[in-house]
Amino acid sequence: MDTATPAVTVALHDGSSVVAESSQVDARRHGELLLPAVDRVLAEAGVRLDAVTGIVVGVGPGPYTGLRVGLMTADTFGLALDVPVHGVCTLDGLAFEAQVDGPFVVATDARRKEVYWARYENPRTRTTDAAVDRPADIAEQVAGLPAVGAGALLYPDTFPDAHGPEHVSAAALAALAAERLAAGEELLEPRPLYLRRPDAQVPKNYKVVTPK
Amino acid sequence: MADEPLVLGIETSCDETGVGIVRGTTLLADAVASSVDEHARFGGVVPEVASRAHLEAMVPTIQRALKDAGVTAKDLDGISVTAGPGLAGALLVGVSAAKAYAYALGKPLYGVNHLASHICVDQLEHGPLPEPTMALLVSGGHSSLLLSSDITADVRPLGATIDDAAGEAFDKIARVLNLGFPGGPVIDRYAKEGDPDAITFPRGLTGPRDPAYDFSFSGLKTSVARWIEAKRAAGEDVPVRDVSASFQEAVVDVLTRKAVRACKDEGVDHLMIGGGVAANSRLRALAQERCERAGIRLRVPRPKLCTDNGAMVAALGAEMVARNRRPSSWDLSADSSLPVTETHVPGHHHHDHVHEVSKDNLYS
Ligand SMILES: [Zn+2]
Repeated sequence: MDTATPAVTVALHDGSSVVAESSQVDARRHGELLLPAVDRVLAEAGVRLDAVTGIVVGVGPGPYTGLRVGLMTADTFGLALDVPVHGVCTLDGLAFEAQVDGPFVVATDARRKEVYWARYENPRTRTTDAAVDRPADIAEQVAGLPAVGAGALLYPDTFPDAHGPEHVSAAALAALAAERLAAGEELLEPRPLYLRRPDAQVPKNYKVVTPK
Repeated sequence: MADEPLVLGIETSCDETGVGIVRGTTLLADAVASSVDEHARFGGVVPEVASRAHLEAMVPTIQRALKDAGVTAKDLDGISVTAGPGLAGALLVGVSAAKAYAYALGKPLYGVNHLASHICVDQLEHGPLPEPTMALLVSGGHSSLLLSSDITADVRPLGATIDDAAGEAFDKIARVLNLGFPGGPVIDRYAKEGDPDAITFPRGLTGPRDPAYDFSFSGLKTSVARWIEAKRAAGEDVPVRDVSASFQEAVVDVLTRKAVRACKDEGVDHLMIGGGVAANSRLRALAQERCERAGIRLRVPRPKLCTDNGAMVAALGAEMVARNRRPSSWDLSADSSLPVTETHVPGHHHHDHVHEVSKDNLYS
């Protein structure tokens, strides 16, 4: 599952292919939509949650409030079912889904006029750490490269060669994770990639209330 | 009694990650992880800092609660969680955890009201709540007078603060006095060595035409700040102990006066006081004194149950199970401004089949 982009996306993968999936785009309702989506996907596959042998969750980067819904759900499933919980960078899921030949960029919307982004050598190989930047500030680093994701589509000046998919799908995330696990690779810890410090304004020094 | 409901409750409305486990009205575990130290340098709770801390603390806190209670998850009869009111992002972490836990374990889920939970927690200390019960809830986030005839279904607000919460006033005055955050405990400590009659600070909304049960602490806060500034401007030392005692007296005088009056007006002979400010020693003492004089039985839980915790959410959840209240749906959302009259968030009828399926316990 992944809640790091406006998509609330859930998929069930049996190790060789995707059995069932659900993706809904609603950036403000991750919390409400995720569990019913899990329930629906399992029902469609005719499987109960306790048959699942592992959980894969997108760790972002992504807007925090939505991102935490997926991570908290995955963490708690892992606790209740006593199965491993793996993290996958959300941008990697998008890159895997995009299947672009040659080097390219994945960029999602980080709001506040910024994008979360990374460069890829091919759909399986990321060559930079995920970062958050203003599009104009990374124009040189992404120049001439095709780009995928809603962040790229939002800023055509920086990403003139942008196309879909806009958001990650859990089907791609699960497929990528299954491939890596089968190859004996370690996945990430299921911890959030926030990339920004919390907004925390230190309240201004105590304000004098007596008029001078 | 073995047939009393065993419920795990999750609370994340502010800066405490609380997980409690109760059996009926018996407290079995009260695990709390607090991010209060991370907020101290900001002088108040920073929502994003709290939300991040909840995510990290949740699983270990659930594990600790189960261990403390000596029960296993499969034995639980339900999972309850604070659905609101509170900080939106913080609530969402707890709601996500509770939904996932209930779903994975095949247990009913109860999204409950934070304020009703503050009242219900007293069952763990003093047994079943008398019906009706008058409740004075005072904390950094709320100051309300509530009347409840059934804590799972009927909570009526009689009055609330029209500006700052009582606990907020303590924090602000502590900041003016450079005593740090949170302000409640430190002001209580200094006040013990001060004279509550040294300075006469105003009692908000106590005039004959003022609303009988509403509170206001903003004017008091300004008045205390002005008094301190005047001292400083004159180059004199600020008598921290006397200011603390006099300020605290002004707050608890109004709180207890209005609470006792509400009891008398409504013919209620039990008053419970909850919320973080209920830990204040002078509030407890003055309430005791005034209740005794008025023939009212006072119920105040121990301080650890007054501040935000998971046990209070579990206590209300257990009551929901005991009284056969409808569980919540899997699309339960966090509601930062959930009205106090909504004691819980029952599921839609057409979603009830989800819970029919859920009764088929995964481990049975
Ligand atoms: Zn509270």
